[in-house]
Amino acid sequence: MSLPRFAFILLTVGAIIATAVVIGGAQLPAALILVSMIRTTLQVATPLTLGALSGVYCERAGVVNIAIEGMMLLSAFFGFVASIYTNQAIAGTEITPTSTALSLIVGVTVAILIGGLSGAFHAALSVTFRVNQIISGTVINILAIGLTGYLNRQLFFQGQVPHAPGVLPTIHIPVLADLPVFGKIFEQQLIAITAIVLVVLTHFVLFHTPWGLRTRAVGEHPRAADTVGINVFKMRYANTIIGGMIAGLAGAYFTLESVPSFEPLMTNGRGFISLAAMIFGGWTPFGAWAASLVFGAAQALQINAQGFGIPVPSQFVGMLPYILTMIALTGIVGKTSAPAADGIAYEKTGG
Amino acid sequence: METNALELKAITKRFPGVLANDRVDFQLRKGEIHALLGENGAGKTTLMNIVYGLYHQDAGEILVNGAPVAIRDPNDAIRRGIGMVHQHFMLIPVFTVAENIILGTETVRHGVVLDRQTASARIRALSHQYGLDVNPDLLVHDLPVGVQQRVEIVKALYRQADVLILDEPTAVLTPQEAGDLFRIMRELTGRGVSIIFITHKLKEVLEIADRITTLRAGRVVGTVTPAETDEHKLAAMMVGREVILTVEKQPAQPAAEVLRVEHLRVLDERKVPVVNDASFTVRAGEVLGIAGVQGNGQTELVEALTGLRAATGGKITLLDQAVTNQPPRPIIERGVAHVPEDRHKHGLVLPFPISDNLVLCTYYQTPFARGWQMDYAAIDANARERIRDFDVRTPSPFIPVESLSGGNQQKVIVAREFSRPIKLLILNQPTRGLDVGSIEYIHRRVIEWRDRGCAVLLVSAELDEILSLADRIAVIYKGRILETLNAVDATREQLGLLMAGVTQTPAAQ
Repeated sequence: MSLPRFAFILLTVGAIIATAVVIGGAQLPAALILVSMIRTTLQVATPLTLGALSGVYCERAGVVNIAIEGMMLLSAFFGFVASIYTNQAIAGTEITPTSTALSLIVGVTVAILIGGLSGAFHAALSVTFRVNQIISGTVINILAIGLTGYLNRQLFFQGQVPHAPGVLPTIHIPVLADLPVFGKIFEQQLIAITAIVLVVLTHFVLFHTPWGLRTRAVGEHPRAADTVGINVFKMRYANTIIGGMIAGLAGAYFTLESVPSFEPLMTNGRGFISLAAMIFGGWTPFGAWAASLVFGAAQALQINAQGFGIPVPSQFVGMLPYILTMIALTGIVGKTSAPAADGIAYEKTGG
Repeated sequence: METNALELKAITKRFPGVLANDRVDFQLRKGEIHALLGENGAGKTTLMNIVYGLYHQDAGEILVNGAPVAIRDPNDAIRRGIGMVHQHFMLIPVFTVAENIILGTETVRHGVVLDRQTASARIRALSHQYGLDVNPDLLVHDLPVGVQQRVEIVKALYRQADVLILDEPTAVLTPQEAGDLFRIMRELTGRGVSIIFITHKLKEVLEIADRITTLRAGRVVGTVTPAETDEHKLAAMMVGREVILTVEKQPAQPAAEVLRVEHLRVLDERKVPVVNDASFTVRAGEVLGIAGVQGNGQTELVEALTGLRAATGGKITLLDQAVTNQPPRPIIERGVAHVPEDRHKHGLVLPFPISDNLVLCTYYQTPFARGWQMDYAAIDANARERIRDFDVRTPSPFIPVESLSGGNQQKVIVAREFSRPIKLLILNQPTRGLDVGSIEYIHRRVIEWRDRGCAVLLVSAELDEILSLADRIAVIYKGRILETLNAVDATREQLGLLMAGVTQTPAAQ
C-alpha cells in the first residue's frame, strides 16, 4: 500500500469527523461530538473491516470473493438461531447471565463455522471445479438471501419463538478506557475489538510468516509456488476458509453484537462495501481497515447529522464514501494492483 | 566405476495423442555438463519435468546416485538434490530476491516469524561463493533477465541442489550474458554440481557441453561428445535428415527506398519511452535486420510501423508518402506485410478455420466479398491454393488454426501475408519456437521475396538468423539504433557488444 494513498484515506476520515464537529459545534461541546463520532465510526466500521479482511485472505491467495455479503448474511442468521435455541435449551424462557454467556459463545462459534463452511464451498467450486469465481460468489450470495429469507419466515412467523439472549458485552480496556473524556472511544464491544486485533494479526501473518509468504506467492504466481513444492490447492482452500470464517464473525456482529434480532437482508450491501474497502486499501490489512473507517465515518456522520438537523439530506452524506472509492480506484492517489493471479483458477499441467 | 548423479531408464510418457517420451535412457555423470538437444516438441522439457516431479512417467525408472527413487512432486525432487531453472522463470515479480529464494523452505525465528536476515546472509554467502552477484534485497521485477536467471540458480543452490537442470537458459540472453552463464556453469561443475543443459542451439552445445544427448520425437537418437561431432551432424541427428544450415543467397541488389523512419519515438503501456529517436531506411531488394535483446523496443517499433501503436514523435515514410500514425488498413493496402511477434495473439484468430485466417487482411475485397456478403466459395478456393503453394500440413482447410503445429501456423501467416502484392515485408521473430525444417522454409521464402524486389525488415533476437538473412544490420538497444553495419563486415562479438549497449569509441570513421 502506497503511503500517499494511506495518508489520503486517513485524512478523509479526519475530514469527515471534523465536518461533524463543525456542524454540530453550535449545539454540543466539540469534544463530545468528536468522541461520539470516533466511537460510532469504530463501531459501524466493524463488519466492513472484517469483511475486507476476509477479502484480503481470499484474494491474496488468488480467489476472488464477492460472496462476503452472502457469507455474512448466512452467518448472521445461523449464529442468531443457534444463540436463541441454546438459550432456550439452557434456561427455557428465562434469560440468565449464564445462559446469555453460553448462548452468545455458541452463536458466535456457529456464525464462524457457517462462514468457514461457505468459504469451503466457494473454494470447492472455484479451486477444485474451476467455476468462474464471480459466478461462484454470486451463487452463494443468492443462496444466502433465499435460504435465510425462507427459514426466517418458517421459524419466526409461526408460533413460539425463543427469546434472544442479548448482545455481546462491552469490554472495559484497562488504562485506555479510564482516560477522561476520550476513554469512551475505547468502550467497544467484543467483535469490534477483535476486528482491530485481527487487522494487526493479519498484517503479521501475511508479511512476516512463511504462511503469508506462501499465500501471497500462490496469489501472484501459482506455478512458481508449485515448482518449489507448495501445494497451491491446499493454500487456496485454507485461505478461502479462513476468509469465510472472518466473514462469519462479521455476520455475528449484526445479530449478536449490534442488535439481538435478525431481519431479512439485514447485511444491506455491507459485504460489497467491504470489497470496495479492500480494493481501496490496496489488498493490505491496514489499508483495508483505514478504508473501512472512511465508510464507517461517513455512516457515523449520517447518524449524527440527523440529530443536528442540517438541511442536506443524509443520503448525500451516505454517498460520500462511494464517490471517494471511485476517485481512489482511478489511481489518482497512489496506484495499487491486485495480486497477479487473482481470480484465475490454477491448473496443473500434465499429470 | 563411479555412479551417475542421475540416471533415467526407459522413461515413457504419453499425452493424449502424443508419445512425448519413448523409452528414454539418459545418464548424467557427476560434475559434467550434459546437453539435451532436440527440436521443439522433441520431448526435452517433458523429460525434465518428469525428473523434477511436475509430471509423472507412465513407465520407467529414475535413479539418483545409483538408487531408484520415486519423485511424486517437486518436493521429492528438491529433497533428492535436483534443482530446475525453467525456461519461463518461476519468480514472483513483486517479491524480493530473498523472498523468492526462501519460498517453500523458509527459516523462522520464534517458531513463526520469517527470518529474512539469516536468509539474506546465506544468499549473499552463496552468491559470493559461486561468483553469482545477486542482491537479496532487490525486487525481482527491477532486475534484468540475466540477473533473474542467476536468482533462479541461487534458488536451486539454496536448496542444496547438486543436479541442476537448465531449460533453454540462453534464449533470453545476449551472447555476452550467455558467456557469463557458461562461466558460472563451469564454476558450478568445478564444485561438484552436475548440469543438464537443455537447448536447441548447436553452437552453444559444442562450446559448453561435455556430452550431448539428442532427442527426436520423444526418442534418444544418440549420445556423443563435442569432439566427435559438428554442427551439421548434430542438426541431422535433431531433424532426421540433412539440413541446410546456411541460407543460399546472392548479394543484395538494393533499389529505391521503400521505408524511411526518422526520429521515431514510441511509448509503451506504462507511458515509458521505449523507442527513442530511431532512424533507419529499408530499400527494395534488401533485408535490414534489427538485432537486439528482447525488450529493447522492438515490439513497439514494429507496432508503430504497422499502425498498431501510436508514435509520439518522428516520421514514418512509406513509398514517399507519410504514414505516421495511420491506421493499419491503409498501411496494409500500400503493400506492407506483417508477420507478428506473437502469432497467437496478433497473427491468427485461433478458433477460426485456416480458410478464414487466410483472408484476414483481404476479406472485404473482391473476390472474397461481394458488397456486404462474403463469398465462401472464393475463400475456400483461395485456402486450397495457399495450402498447396505454401505446403501447410493439414487434413483440411476448415479445421481451426489452433489445432496446427507452430510451424504450420506460421506457414498460414506467411501464406496470407506473402500472397498479396507487397512492397515491404515486416517480420518480427518469424522463426521463434519453430523446428529447424520450418525455419529453413521460412528463410528461403524471405530471400525469395527479397530477390523479387521486396524490402524486408527483419526483427530477431536470434543472432544467427540476423547474420544469415540480413544484408545490413541495425542494432537496437534501449530503443535507440546504436549502429548500422553491413552484414558482411559484422562479427558476432561486435554485435554482441552492441546488443549489450557497448559502443566502441569512434576512432576510425
